[in-house]
Amino acid sequence: MTATAQDGATITASGRRRSPARAALDLVTGLSAHLQAVPLAVILGAFLLAPVMMIAVVSFWDYDFARLYPDLVLTNYAETLGSRVTWRTYFNTLRYAAIVWALTLFIGFWVAYFLAFHVRTTTMQMVLFLVCTVPFLTSNIIRMISWIPVLGRNGLVNTALIDAGLIPAPIEWLLYSDFAVVLAMVHLYTLFMVTPIFNTLMRIDRSLIEAARDAGANGRQVLWNVILPLAKPGMAIGTIFVVTLVMADFITVQVMSGGQSASVALMMRNQMSLLQYPAAAANAVVLLVLVLVMVAGILRIVDIRKEL
Amino acid sequence: MSKAAAIDIASVSKVYGATTAVHAVSLKIPAGSYCCLLGPSGCGKTSTLRMIAGHESISSGDIRLGNTVVTDLPPARRGTAMMFQSYALFPHLDVLDNVAFSLKMKGVSREQRHKRALDLLALVQMEDYAGRRPAQLSGGQQQRVALARALITDPEALLLDEPLSALDPFLKIRMRAELKKLQTSLGITFVHVTHSQEEAMALADMIVVMNDGRIEQAASPRTVFERPATAFVARFMGDHNVISGRVVGQTDDGSLSVQVGNGGTFTATGGNFRPGEEVDIAIRTDRVRIVESPDPDLGFKGTVGNVEYRGSSVRLSVDAAGIEDFSAIIDDAAYFTNPLSVGDAVPLAWKAEDAIVLGRLAS
Repeated sequence: MTATAQDGATITASGRRRSPARAALDLVTGLSAHLQAVPLAVILGAFLLAPVMMIAVVSFWDYDFARLYPDLVLTNYAETLGSRVTWRTYFNTLRYAAIVWALTLFIGFWVAYFLAFHVRTTTMQMVLFLVCTVPFLTSNIIRMISWIPVLGRNGLVNTALIDAGLIPAPIEWLLYSDFAVVLAMVHLYTLFMVTPIFNTLMRIDRSLIEAARDAGANGRQVLWNVILPLAKPGMAIGTIFVVTLVMADFITVQVMSGGQSASVALMMRNQMSLLQYPAAAANAVVLLVLVLVMVAGILRIVDIRKEL
Repeated sequence: MSKAAAIDIASVSKVYGATTAVHAVSLKIPAGSYCCLLGPSGCGKTSTLRMIAGHESISSGDIRLGNTVVTDLPPARRGTAMMFQSYALFPHLDVLDNVAFSLKMKGVSREQRHKRALDLLALVQMEDYAGRRPAQLSGGQQQRVALARALITDPEALLLDEPLSALDPFLKIRMRAELKKLQTSLGITFVHVTHSQEEAMALADMIVVMNDGRIEQAASPRTVFERPATAFVARFMGDHNVISGRVVGQTDDGSLSVQVGNGGTFTATGGNFRPGEEVDIAIRTDRVRIVESPDPDLGFKGTVGNVEYRGSSVRLSVDAAGIEDFSAIIDDAAYFTNPLSVGDAVPLAWKAEDAIVLGRLAS
């Protein structure tokens, strides 16, 4: 819609003539906006996009026991998706994700609810919230390993139960079992649920609760009709954290199951230790797609934009 | 639609820890009247309203609604409904479900409660917006929805906490006319908290002026304006000059002679004070004229400190010995026949009935 006039100035559709100086200025401001976006683009490109692209590329390569051959083969995907072991492992990982999600959501919501609505002073709220984060001052591995003396065959729990005469022999499934894996994951990841839910609950206008009470709602009705719907965005964010963390976990599964259970990430690690990088890459791409689909599903159900 | 109830507040106090927000307030609000609780922020008006609503516990005293003592009843069982300052509409529900909320809590079927909610929305002319979320409405529309939500419980008294404070000035005036119309047509008792004396004057059958947790005056708007009970009321309602002095004598017709700090004396009517007592007198700003006073006790000479043009009138601020910032509202036509500038000496005078003696709260 622009035509160049004889003197070289541009005439826009509105009929106003734009001087060359003005056009140059527009170019400079447009350029500076792009320049401002460069640092973030570089960081995301170098540390997120490039590695993911690399994994995607390698997933099509061929390999043998000694080296990789750049290629474009689908055998890695065919092997990954065609094996019953893969499906079982994915199913097992999803099962962990579902159980851990349900437990962290339940515990996380009530901890956040207590902090937000039952603790009166802001100081006390902050103190208690910091107490929740204290375990994070030690590493994941240490927190996980510290369960071993508690749950082990001759651990605290078993010894106490035997000494109390409640059980004749140690309970075997306390450690190196699915129970232990789930317990450790819930322990590790509940805070990722507490924080976003606490944040949303703190933002609920207290007069909404008074308005509900004024309309005759009892405590349970206020919870169900006002607080829970308004806490959904926080629950969604917590869910994304927990689900992605559990889906990508391998160390907790390895340590707490004693090598008896598998997860997708653990499977990838084993493939890498056998130098089967393309197979691991194909596996990673499949896992990435699966997790992205799950996150997209969560975002479709709950609008979290208000929280960001 | 529903019957109105009188509200009887009997020496109600509210204590928060070491501070007392409301000091043994007693007040009778007649059934079906529009009552405004008026005062500066922190005067206890909102605490009083919230105690009537049941959102604040009552430290001592009793509140009766009609014939029921509601002191210990939960909000929903008092027969009151509250409209909150920020409207407190549920952001996750559409307009229809917001209005139908209390019926849902009562377990009324979806069909019935939506039908009733639509009736209420029609009452506030919002039926076209039934499907919208509160965030998609303007302030005035949100207020109508909040009104409909409060009225769906068929309350005997509607409690409004600064309902107009979030609206722009034009909308404020329109909405207050609608509030008054609604109150008249419903016939229920409205208790409205505001810090705007203009709003209270425009709406109320009864104005309750509060200060520092106490009631300074509870009367009709006209009485509050023309015969303010205390210096606080006179100053808060505006349009009065308040001068403090000491009683020096009493004339035969019962008016007092009051001496102001510097030695000048003024005559004011009403009040029962002994010579020597501290007293405040009030003089209506719009009754002051620029003339030499025939009676030296009904006027003074001062210098103009400030001139404010207000369209239909001009506000002069006059200073004299012992009197600062004495306001005189002069009709614009009268003023511009003989305009003044800052620093001019000017005589002021008023009639005997325009200077009144103000009472003091027994504390």
